[in-house]
Amino acid sequence: MNLEGKAALVTGASRGIGREIALDLARQGANVAVNFSGSEAKANEVVDEIKALGREAFAVKCDVSNSSEVADMVKAVIDTFGKLDILVNNAGITKDNLLMRMKEEEWDDVININLKGVFLCTKAVTRQMMKQRQGRIINIASIVGVNGNPGQANYVAAKAGVIGLTKTAAKELASRNITVNAIAPGFITTDMTDKLPEEVKAEMLKQIPLSRFGEPKDIAKAVSFLASDDAAYMTGQTLHIDGGMVM
Amino acid sequence: MAEVLERVTKIIVDRLGVDESQVTLDASFKDDLGADSLDVVELVMELEDEFDMEISDEDAEKISTVGDAVNYINSHK
Repeated sequence: MNLEGKAALVTGASRGIGREIALDLARQGANVAVNFSGSEAKANEVVDEIKALGREAFAVKCDVSNSSEVADMVKAVIDTFGKLDILVNNAGITKDNLLMRMKEEEWDDVININLKGVFLCTKAVTRQMMKQRQGRIINIASIVGVNGNPGQANYVAAKAGVIGLTKTAAKELASRNITVNAIAPGFITTDMTDKLPEEVKAEMLKQIPLSRFGEPKDIAKAVSFLASDDAAYMTGQTLHIDGGMVM
Repeated sequence: MAEVLERVTKIIVDRLGVDESQVTLDASFKDDLGADSLDVVELVMELEDEFDMEISDEDAEKISTVGDAVNYINSHK
């Protein structure tokens, strides 16, 4: 998986899965723009780690649900790297609640970041990738977007939306040699999942045939593959990386 | 005017692979020049670069013939 000289933008790359994606792309040779919204210090740590690998990197603050901020971010990446080959739409939040209790605001916030954000970032990079006649867009969805999950109506709706958006973008952009794929992680150990109560985790473990939780690197390795030339004939797909939870 | 048409024509010929003689002011990108929707989006992008201007999505949607493009450029330069 050689990504030597490729330019990548990873949203939500200061922590968790996004951080590992940014680092692995850099290990394969890519220069990486590390997007964050809140944790600048952590984003800078990722930048330093990437630079230590001998690649270029910089942190870029942006709320992915804000179209003008997204346009500025994409411009900064293209100005810095001179091109943009790989976009990983990873930024996401959760605001869990039972459907009956879910506030309109909780719904809107999650849809805006997790779904509208993917639309805005994809739209913003398309122009550059069309010109280059080459591009890779990788969307981080979720296995719950395939299967549903109680207490996560907003998150599930957004992630299912991302899978549909992936297929449509793949069809629209295929003629320009831009591939668009999604990855649906199962239970991956991150800050986001550490918050769950132990009994919930124990219950989830029973549903995983490989009987362990995944790690961010399990997702990052697949992203690096999809970003590479080796994945050139694959588009519009959703890869389940979930220890066999959903088949 | 003539210079704009000349530059626009060159872009269309390069992009759509049509003969220069087909690129008349009333030629429709989609109906006469064989462009699909994405081709038209790309043409607009190239015109933006060529003439160093920004064409909003709303305005871009109204550009369907060679004449539309030329008129737009002439009135926004």
